[in-house]
Amino acid sequence: MLRYAPLGDHAIVITVGDAIDEATHRLVRAVSARLDETHIPGLVDQVPAFASVVAHYDPAAVAGDAHRVPYDRMVEALETAFAGLEHQRPQPARLVEIPVCYGGELGPDLTEVAERTGLAPNEVVAIHTAGDYLVYMVGFMPGFAYLGGLDARIATPRRQSPRTAVPAGTVGIGGQQTGVYPLVSPGGWNLIGRTPLRVFDMSRDEPALLAAGDRVRFRAITLEEFRSWPA
Amino acid sequence: MNIRVLSSGLLTTVQDLGRMGMQRSGIPVCGAMDRSALLIGNLLVGNADDAACLEATLIGPALQFDEPALIAIAGADFGATVNDQPIPAWHAVYVPRGGTLRVGAHGAGCRPYVAVAGGIDVPSVFGSRSTYIRAAFGGLDGRALRTGDVLARGTPSDRSRAIQHALASDPDCIGVARWTVGPPVRPRYSADAIVRLLDGAQLAELTDESRQRLFDASFRVSASSDRMGYRLGGVELALRRPLEMLSEGVAFGTMQLPPGGVPIVLMADRQTTGGYPRIAEVAAIDLPLIAQLKPGDRVRFRPISLADAQRLYLAHEDDLAQARASIALRFSRGRS
Repeated sequence: MLRYAPLGDHAIVITVGDAIDEATHRLVRAVSARLDETHIPGLVDQVPAFASVVAHYDPAAVAGDAHRVPYDRMVEALETAFAGLEHQRPQPARLVEIPVCYGGELGPDLTEVAERTGLAPNEVVAIHTAGDYLVYMVGFMPGFAYLGGLDARIATPRRQSPRTAVPAGTVGIGGQQTGVYPLVSPGGWNLIGRTPLRVFDMSRDEPALLAAGDRVRFRAITLEEFRSWPA
Repeated sequence: MNIRVLSSGLLTTVQDLGRMGMQRSGIPVCGAMDRSALLIGNLLVGNADDAACLEATLIGPALQFDEPALIAIAGADFGATVNDQPIPAWHAVYVPRGGTLRVGAHGAGCRPYVAVAGGIDVPSVFGSRSTYIRAAFGGLDGRALRTGDVLARGTPSDRSRAIQHALASDPDCIGVARWTVGPPVRPRYSADAIVRLLDGAQLAELTDESRQRLFDASFRVSASSDRMGYRLGGVELALRRPLEMLSEGVAFGTMQLPPGGVPIVLMADRQTTGGYPRIAEVAAIDLPLIAQLKPGDRVRFRPISLADAQRLYLAHEDDLAQARASIALRFSRGRS
């Protein structure tokens, strides 16, 4: 069920599937939870993704017979840790509501998304806010959540020329994906709105607003609500 | 004690061993590009392994110490001076009160490290003092040093004090240690480096010609190489067919091949996940060799097995532990 492969000499890729779907995601969550719950000497970090978890380790700190290759000992420790994984209780999913001011100068591409999809701008907003989204993984940049669940009716190809600076909190659609820019960064997505929430903030105990496994809903707010949102 | 930055150098940041445990939030590890240099610098001045040092880039900083200090330069050697007197890299050096360290500019390598007894004292952010400039956190206000900055130093260990005492026979004179960490323990830097690669998950997807080139050709470090990644120009590589990849975790030293055919080696400030084919992984033992390459330098690759790469890494860790033990022994008996 689980496949192990070296990622250099300090990490192991634990692959659980080959596709982006919820069943694969649940397995990734189970592996990730088990790594959190088990003390595995040498394990220093883990990165859950769509269909795999990367376990980062220090070869000098892995348990077992020092004459054996650390990678082999680490795989053994992981296999032991994953015994009975099918009984792993799923962690309760958090529901995170993200207020978004759609269109206008905060969402300059909303009209273009409407034109390209043959919908009215308020229909695009209605479809985007009706969606039930799942955070499959966080990566690419600090706090960036890969969301699944975009309604195919509002899927819109990326822009021909990316913008050089998209403000933090901007909500975009790029192909089959939607998401929120956690930091100011270059970006090629169609920008449909902005949230007043701080999506990434190192001064919080949990810097990233979203974590793998979270359920996400978007809620439309007015420009006035956006401007008066408590910091 | 304060350290005044008289000139900042080109890109000087506070770095330690990096920020582990936050990658699932997309937070890069960061830390020293040349881990071996950071570790050796720290052990020469009696610091813990995870003490924060300054990592300079191409043009080093000038620093003034308002109290007597114990320092060491490790990594790239740019011909550093204290009060205009040359000091050797890879040696503990006592700097008298008010002394000025000039790390220098241009020389072998790219990144000199300045270790200071007590470490650079900036707030620890999620377990690390490493600077991440892109998201502006860690280190000194999340940015590179600027001329006029003032850095604080942490409390020196008993061992640091013993080393400093031994080198400060005349408190007003520079004191250079006669002992050091032997050259076999130090990375063997070269501007024409030979770096060993483990197989990447998609190595077999390279065309036969590209796979041969990867190990035959000499790659040139491109000017757009930085702490995030090294772009290797001059030799284009191709896959047998385009691959659709699911994004997943990457590592320090992962060699990605984007569609343009120019391989990128991911370095300390790498993103936590990637979606490009991974053709190879640099052996950890050779990462310092890449980290010290400058734009225009050359690198060639040789294959290595996982077992050999881990054996060499463990041997290097043993060497460092022995060097640490011999320094501990020397200064537990009050000798110098």
